[in-house]
Amino acid sequence: MSDASISTGPRKSPITAVGPIAWARANLFSGWLSTAVTLAMGYLLITMALSFIDWAFVKAIWSVPSNAQGPQTQGCRDLQGSGACWAVIGEKHRFMLFGTYPYEQHWRPALACVLFVLLYIISAVRRFWRWELALIWVGMLTAIGVLMWGGVFGLPHVPQERWGGLPITLILATFGLAFAFPLSILVALGRRSSLPAIKVLCVLYVELIRGVPLISLLFMASVMFPLFLPEGMNIDKLLRAQIAIILFAGAYLAEVVRGGLQALPKGQYEAADAMGLSFWQKTGLIILPQALRMVIPPLVNTFIGFFKDTSLVLIIGIFDLLTAGKTAIVEPAWQGFGVEVYVFIGSIYLVFCYAMSKYSRGLEAELNRHRQR
Amino acid sequence: MSDTASVPRYKRLPPKRPLRFSWSDERVRGIFWQIVVVAAVGSMIYWLWSNTSHNLAVRRIATGFGFLDREAGLPIAESLIPYDPTNTYARALFVGLLNTLKVAVIGIVLATILGTAIGIARLSNNFLLSRIAGAYIEIIRDLPLLLQLLFWYTILQGLPGPRQALKPMEGVVLSNRGLKLPALVWENPHTAALVVCLLGVVATWVYARMARAKQMADGQPRKVWPAALGMILVLPAVVWYALGAPWEIEYPVLRGFNFRGGINVSPEYFALLIGLVTYTAGFIAEVVRAGIMSVSHGQVEAAQALGLKQGPVLRLIVMPQALRVIIPPMTSNYLNLTKNSSLAVAIGYQDIVSITNTTLNQTGQAIEGIAIIMVVYLSISLSISLFMNWYNARIALVER
Repeated sequence: MSDASISTGPRKSPITAVGPIAWARANLFSGWLSTAVTLAMGYLLITMALSFIDWAFVKAIWSVPSNAQGPQTQGCRDLQGSGACWAVIGEKHRFMLFGTYPYEQHWRPALACVLFVLLYIISAVRRFWRWELALIWVGMLTAIGVLMWGGVFGLPHVPQERWGGLPITLILATFGLAFAFPLSILVALGRRSSLPAIKVLCVLYVELIRGVPLISLLFMASVMFPLFLPEGMNIDKLLRAQIAIILFAGAYLAEVVRGGLQALPKGQYEAADAMGLSFWQKTGLIILPQALRMVIPPLVNTFIGFFKDTSLVLIIGIFDLLTAGKTAIVEPAWQGFGVEVYVFIGSIYLVFCYAMSKYSRGLEAELNRHRQR
Repeated sequence: MSDTASVPRYKRLPPKRPLRFSWSDERVRGIFWQIVVVAAVGSMIYWLWSNTSHNLAVRRIATGFGFLDREAGLPIAESLIPYDPTNTYARALFVGLLNTLKVAVIGIVLATILGTAIGIARLSNNFLLSRIAGAYIEIIRDLPLLLQLLFWYTILQGLPGPRQALKPMEGVVLSNRGLKLPALVWENPHTAALVVCLLGVVATWVYARMARAKQMADGQPRKVWPAALGMILVLPAVVWYALGAPWEIEYPVLRGFNFRGGINVSPEYFALLIGLVTYTAGFIAEVVRAGIMSVSHGQVEAAQALGLKQGPVLRLIVMPQALRVIIPPMTSNYLNLTKNSSLAVAIGYQDIVSITNTTLNQTGQAIEGIAIIMVVYLSISLSISLFMNWYNARIALVER
């Protein structure tokens, strides 16, 4: 009965095998090289974090006094870059977000942005992936158009020249996707077509657009487009840029869609043919539902790319979010506070793109679940 | 029945049917739709073309590339070849092209190095290193490149002036006028050493091939590195020493309001290079990571079981297989970097797009200007993809 003196309960593993210490030994200090890297990285991380906190919070100035000559930014200038001047954001955030839209009407572009975000969220839910989603898109985009333009329901009319900031970025990206996506499906089908003339046209379109930078297309839209049209006919600058973005996005999305079409097993095509389906029945009922499903994650990644690329309209002078930020610091009082403004604008882009990329990765894992053991 | 087996089997072609001019014949429908599409596209292009020529006639703009021979009168801040504003537009555009290539080539090399390092760091067993690399990749990829370029340019412009310039190292000066580096005063012995070094590279390549062929014949591995070291490093050093060993370094010195001497990197070029390299490295890191992860672990274990050390495992087993996955997306990243270098126009670096833009504002030759940009980028893209396709074909898996 000597066992009675020894505890018979389950023993804990030694702390060198489980728990935080073991984890740190395995993942941070597994060898002298790993230890050195951990120490160096830790030191770097802590110094950078401390100096960032110092710049962004401790020494930062959150508001500046204002008198008849406008805001007095001398206090900010005295910091000489050692602290952030967040006053520029407080003063200019309405301008950066909504541009020159009439001040008392700012709730309209703000609501439009909320509607855009709502539209993205609805489109992201798999339960809504059915054809009614197209109706929701049409309805939402119409509502956004009414909000922005006004002129009905007692909303005063706001001409398009006065739009600016975040709504322009969202409009360029969303309308770009809405029109480029159907175009890209047609082009991708055309590129795989057995009809030589159609195939050549699609290949030419895709390769020409993908071979040149977006800037050259935007330049083309801004300087050459007016030459293309009959005299007297004029298209608004924003619309011209939008067309350039649609054509650009269409070529890139077409390659993504083509990837999906190619990845689909040949048996699916042959089975559809054997059923006696016509080309459009085969494509619409058998091929596209499977092919598009496969390429949703790369499609979202491409969309992230376009969302960022809409900022290039800055170069042809369209008032999107980035242009608004750049314009905000042109005013003499606020000159030299570019870093604060770019951090603010960057964080807006970061929120949108991070949400999309997180979603894309989640979706990829979910769609590939059947392949995992 | 034995003679049927000896009959050669011909590929069976579908029976040739004559075209029936009926809607139910698939080929007739195909031809019809092709005619419709080609006619639609053709008439669209004709419509645009006739509008354009009419508009040009109304605006009295002469088409054609005659303007290229006219005096440009546009100042260019940095140029690899001698240039002044009295030169022609053609020369100005050539300067722009060289500036584009300058940023693209150096950018591709640096982005590959940085991106590979970050990609490997992302795969590291060290939790902290891997997470920092992951955060870098995520943040860099989620911000527009143009925003990053403007950010870097703002930071460089916010640096102290030449008098209070930062001097992180002897001879390295960082101010709002850009980065100044010490330069070696180039003399003839350096050229001679460089030529010998290049010859050494060629000779090493030939020697390595011969050694390889011999190893294939008798199975004996031969050491290449002593010969390589001798021919690429030692021999040029001997040549340089024999010719008098000149070694004079020119340091940047403050004269008046700016620095003279040494290598000058303008703030525009520096901002563009930092922006392009850090941005593209984020994408390359993901490509490298995906490539290395695509090599199944069994391959490494099998190589270890054969008794190979860690170096040869990486060099002979992992890398050749990973490269097959890495090369195609790497090509598109190189192309993207080259195309993205056109964003230089936003921060005032005078690349081909920026100079063409000024040209078409001065001359009104919009169509020709855009055509030049497109031709330049299409040919750069085409040459990069041809080279990478050739390389890809070389390392591709040889299948039956």
